[in-house]
Amino acid sequence: MQCTGQGLVLAGVHHLAWVELWGLSLSVFPRRMQRWPVLLFLAWVCFLFFSGIGLFMSGFLLTRIELANSSSCSDPLVPPPWDKQSLPPGSCWVPRRFPKVVLVIIDALRFEFALFNPAKVNPLPYENKLSFLHHLATSQPHHARLYRFVADPPTATMQRIKGLTTGSLPTFIDVGSNFATYAIQEDNLLAQLVQNGRRVVFMGDDTWEGLFPKKFFRSYFFPSFNVKDLHTVDNGILQYLYPTVNSGEWDLLIAHFLGVDHCGHKHGPDHPEMAKKLTQMNEMLRSLVDHLGNDTLLLVAGDHGMTETGDHGGDSQREVNAALFVYSKTPLFGTDPPKEPEAIPQVNLVPTVALLLGVPIPYSNIGEVMAELFSGDGDTVSEALQQLLVYHINAKQVDRFLHSYSLVAQDLPAEQLQHLQELFSSAVEEHIQLLAQMQRAMLMSPELESKLRSLISRFQLYLRQARAVCTQSWARFHPLRMVGGCTLIAASCLLCYVASELATVSDSFYRSCLLYPLLWGLVTAVLRGLAYVFTQEELDLLLLLSSAAAASLLGFFWQWWGWHPKRARLLGSQPPLASIGLRQRLRVWLGLAFPMGILLFRCGAMFSDSFVVAEAQVAPFLLASLVMLLIGKLHWDGRLTVPEGHKQPIGFSSYRKESWHLLCLVTVLLVCLRLSGFFHQCREEIPHCRPSVFLPPLASLRNTRAKNLFYLLCVALLAGLVYAVRSWLRHYGNLNSSDPVVLFVRWGFPLVVLCIACYWAVASSAEDSLGKLQELVQVAVIAFPWAVYGLASIGLLLLLCHPMTVFAKDSRESAGSIVTPYQGIPSSKVDLLQVIPQIYKRMQESEKSRLERRSCRATVAAYGLGSVYSAALVVALTLLGFLLMLLHAERLSLAFLLLFLEAFVLLHIHTRARSLAGDTEPFSVPWFAVISWLLAASQFFYSTGHQPVFPAIHWNAAFVGFHLDHSTNLLPAVLVGANTFASHILFAVGCPLLLLWPFVCEMPSSQKKKSKRESQEELQTVDKHMMEMRLRESPEKFSTALLQLGLKYLFVLGAQLLACVCAAVILRRHLMVWKVFAPKFLFESLGFVVSSICLLLGISLVMRVDCAVSAWFSQLQLR
Amino acid sequence: MREAELRKLLAANLLCAVSIVLTALVPALFLDGFSVLGTHLTWLCVCSVCVSVLNVTLCLILKPNPSSKRSSLSNKISRFLKCCIYFFMSCILFHAIIVLYGAPLIESVTETFLFSVLLSTFTTLQCLCLLGPNIQAWIRVFSRNGAMSIWENSLQITTMCSILGGWFGAFPIPLDWDRPWQVWPISCSLGATFGYMAGLIIAPLWIHWNRKQLTYKSR
Repeated sequence: MQCTGQGLVLAGVHHLAWVELWGLSLSVFPRRMQRWPVLLFLAWVCFLFFSGIGLFMSGFLLTRIELANSSSCSDPLVPPPWDKQSLPPGSCWVPRRFPKVVLVIIDALRFEFALFNPAKVNPLPYENKLSFLHHLATSQPHHARLYRFVADPPTATMQRIKGLTTGSLPTFIDVGSNFATYAIQEDNLLAQLVQNGRRVVFMGDDTWEGLFPKKFFRSYFFPSFNVKDLHTVDNGILQYLYPTVNSGEWDLLIAHFLGVDHCGHKHGPDHPEMAKKLTQMNEMLRSLVDHLGNDTLLLVAGDHGMTETGDHGGDSQREVNAALFVYSKTPLFGTDPPKEPEAIPQVNLVPTVALLLGVPIPYSNIGEVMAELFSGDGDTVSEALQQLLVYHINAKQVDRFLHSYSLVAQDLPAEQLQHLQELFSSAVEEHIQLLAQMQRAMLMSPELESKLRSLISRFQLYLRQARAVCTQSWARFHPLRMVGGCTLIAASCLLCYVASELATVSDSFYRSCLLYPLLWGLVTAVLRGLAYVFTQEELDLLLLLSSAAAASLLGFFWQWWGWHPKRARLLGSQPPLASIGLRQRLRVWLGLAFPMGILLFRCGAMFSDSFVVAEAQVAPFLLASLVMLLIGKLHWDGRLTVPEGHKQPIGFSSYRKESWHLLCLVTVLLVCLRLSGFFHQCREEIPHCRPSVFLPPLASLRNTRAKNLFYLLCVALLAGLVYAVRSWLRHYGNLNSSDPVVLFVRWGFPLVVLCIACYWAVASSAEDSLGKLQELVQVAVIAFPWAVYGLASIGLLLLLCHPMTVFAKDSRESAGSIVTPYQGIPSSKVDLLQVIPQIYKRMQESEKSRLERRSCRATVAAYGLGSVYSAALVVALTLLGFLLMLLHAERLSLAFLLLFLEAFVLLHIHTRARSLAGDTEPFSVPWFAVISWLLAASQFFYSTGHQPVFPAIHWNAAFVGFHLDHSTNLLPAVLVGANTFASHILFAVGCPLLLLWPFVCEMPSSQKKKSKRESQEELQTVDKHMMEMRLRESPEKFSTALLQLGLKYLFVLGAQLLACVCAAVILRRHLMVWKVFAPKFLFESLGFVVSSICLLLGISLVMRVDCAVSAWFSQLQLR
Repeated sequence: MREAELRKLLAANLLCAVSIVLTALVPALFLDGFSVLGTHLTWLCVCSVCVSVLNVTLCLILKPNPSSKRSSLSNKISRFLKCCIYFFMSCILFHAIIVLYGAPLIESVTETFLFSVLLSTFTTLQCLCLLGPNIQAWIRVFSRNGAMSIWENSLQITTMCSILGGWFGAFPIPLDWDRPWQVWPISCSLGATFGYMAGLIIAPLWIHWNRKQLTYKSR
């Protein structure tokens, strides 16, 4: 490209001129850069965002830990007199009451749908349609009963199925052993049945297939994805239902109808279509009952309700109130039904069905048995005794679960657990005593009966309180926290914007905008902490931190507000200036409108599930549009054309040479964007999508030739990357010194590539072909990644300790001869090294003569000083790139190469556009550049084979360099996180390049002025070549620029995050909230955390280089 | 003078807009089962051909850009050939850009190409009619203060509106509404068409409202 700084920068020469100017001052540049305040400010802003995210998450994402334990038939839960009795064959814990159960799940069967009110004259479309249930309940009150079946939020189908089978309260994230599948790993009803040799037959919604793989004796799945399709699932079930029932080859038959739910989504409940659907269900139930035998229990249940618009997912009354209908041809109930149908929690179904079928209750169940179903037909005492037995077993099981759970997680409050424990043990003890007394026949009937009743109510109390404790911590949104988190994030975004504008304007910025707000925050935190101490409440760290964040935000805005009048007055004193300022501001606003418009589109896209699903295409589309807009705008402003009056006929314009370069760069960018689309992973929401062929590891390729070809291609490209980085460094003269970092770049980089290549070779070789070498391979698979880890960390450490890549030639000591430190280079490079010093020798001599006039003796030539900051960043990025490539599948290294190429092209476009636009403010990075940088980051999130859903995470990354065991969770989490957020990491660390690149690519414009021999001119010439040293020239501006860049980056990131958060809040009742929006929010917020930390690291690296440069200068001066 | 020209422009633009509406309606009388959505490719062809024919005729009749030089027949033929080549190249260029923007590469090549022909008709053809095969003049027209007559102003507006329309047309594609017009490239070509028609109508109005500010440099 055009960046032809020729390996030598005259900053050394210039530096002596400075020394002369500044006399005997110790530091070369008298003013120091403000490093810590900048980092502190950015860290503070990050903290504000983090606390917002934390607060929101605590209100929105409820988590629970899944236990791997499962119940078994031999568990000692049965109380004394019964535990020695032998059970009938096929029963566990208690004798089974029914050998067969039919569970009909009608998705979204709201309670009102099942209610029948004959008095109603004009029923709504969804009312009075299930007349058959009413008929059964009134004609056979001891055989049938309707319940209000209260679901626990989140009322999404998948969570409800989990609840209906495990008896637990599934939250959005059930932290289990394996994220990779949706399959339920907790102990559940189906697993228990299968374990005890029962046959489970399923028909309907194919969600079950993913949840219970290989659990069904026979299954008929139908696609549930298309919400518009009302009939496929239902008609499919009806085709198989009756033959299956008649065949009798089942113990539990589940039929999951989806039509009612889909009808709700499509039309809403208040629609004639709903009436048709419910009538169909009514007929289905009528004929199903005809097919049932006497030993069969029929359960008709809705998994959740729906709102007036037909949606569900939240916790409103209409969503949580579903219907449950129980029926059997043998009498079930000893008593008449209550007037108003009883409300029972959904989880109660699990222990009830388990004990009715005579299988153990699933381990994690927290439901309570529906005791009236166990009454039998004996007298009241034996009935109560039977009920007590099931309660006893149930309570013991719940207590066992609570105990195991409290051992692994602390989210259930300890005092309440203690209280529950007491309640439980007293009830159990009393029950055992009572049984013992009864055996000795010491109690009379009336006394016994009242005692039994009170004991039953105590067991009930225990079970209900236990459930309440769990519900409280697992299944409630906290709207206040959600809104609070939203507000914090929004305010932090605003702060970023305001501060990025303000940082350049004011002098006492850090004092008033960092120190005071921090003090505010600190004071609030301390006060809050004291309040906790005095009131003896449990310390909620999250609330403490977020209140501190809110206080410091308030402090900032207070300070900002205080400034406003001052500035207004200043402007007011100069009215003409003000008007110009207004017009300028208008123009600035218009210039801002394009990139901000694109950002707005991007944020808006977060609110539509389709756009979130299609984001892999949306991000490159917007990036391409942004760049095209930039070109269009430059063209419109006439920046691309040769200025008029340049031997051009009027009315005809042609492009400058630089414009053609720019257009070429844009073409390359567009090609990169398109090519990166070949690496996409698929989501299950897009049915026809084919995942990229590059995603699976090479080892899975059958075709050996293709495997070898791909392998060679990947290795060649890797070597190409090293070559490109090295030649870039050489081009700017950063490869001349013999510093450890430079040596590492020379020798360490090829070594890293070699290790990666060897690892790929070993990992992708066929398992069996190696035969005897198997053990060696096992070692190599571990050793090579560790070699890469080691080398990369050595490289990074070296970079931190000694980040200078400058080769200084001090003519004060060795006059004349040029030392070439590097021997094995091609001849052209030798020539280059010989020629450049000769060019500059002449300049040095002229400089010398000038300096000698001012009684100074010698000059210093510094290779690579002009790109010292970028060189460090480039080396760091390359090392990180190697590490991240190692964590991905082999062929994704192609995507990484595209990433580096695209970042390079983007930087160049940014630089070109700036120089063409004649930007007068070199220290501020335009919004366009920041937004395009971030769009590229999210584009490559998808192009490295990721999707914001859990099953798409590359879990293999956790085992690069490890055999299948990890002692801690931290290391695999770091590896998988680095794999997932690879592009976020690279782009965030590389962010300071946006500021540095225009300086690095400064045009050498000295040729024109060379003819003039005046010393003043020459000084200017030298000025032109300063490159990054221009940043050092005004350290305050440099630090402000870094701060501003960081704030802009955080603003754009924060705006995306805010959009995600708002989408999650507003659409929390949306059908797709748990499938699309919540995972998207989670990935976006984790990406934000990773990006912001990496941004801080990148900026700190620049600061570290700056320190080293200062030290270098002072050392030079002392010599 | 200005008023008369503006009226001419208005008439020409309205004619164009009406012709596009007619392309959607009239072929249904002759062709069985013709509809804009159902037989979209046919409509794309019909629309492109109609708009190009109309534009060329209008250009020949109205002569908005009277060339001062009397040119010979061979000169004219070479100009015409050049125009054809330019048009074809612009189709290829649009096709490439659309593919780079994310359109399918191998499947539905016909659709993409016809869409790029439509876009070329709305943009390049107008430029060719008005400015001739002269890239430098094109570059000049599409810059601030580059327009030298109301025709060129109108050209600016219609071109930008068509491209913007096509761009916005891509937005509904990912939505899960299952509508027939969400299929590639229907929404985009409809967007471009609506954009073009909007541009045709906006241009005279905009020029009318801004007639005080518009001072054209003399050639």
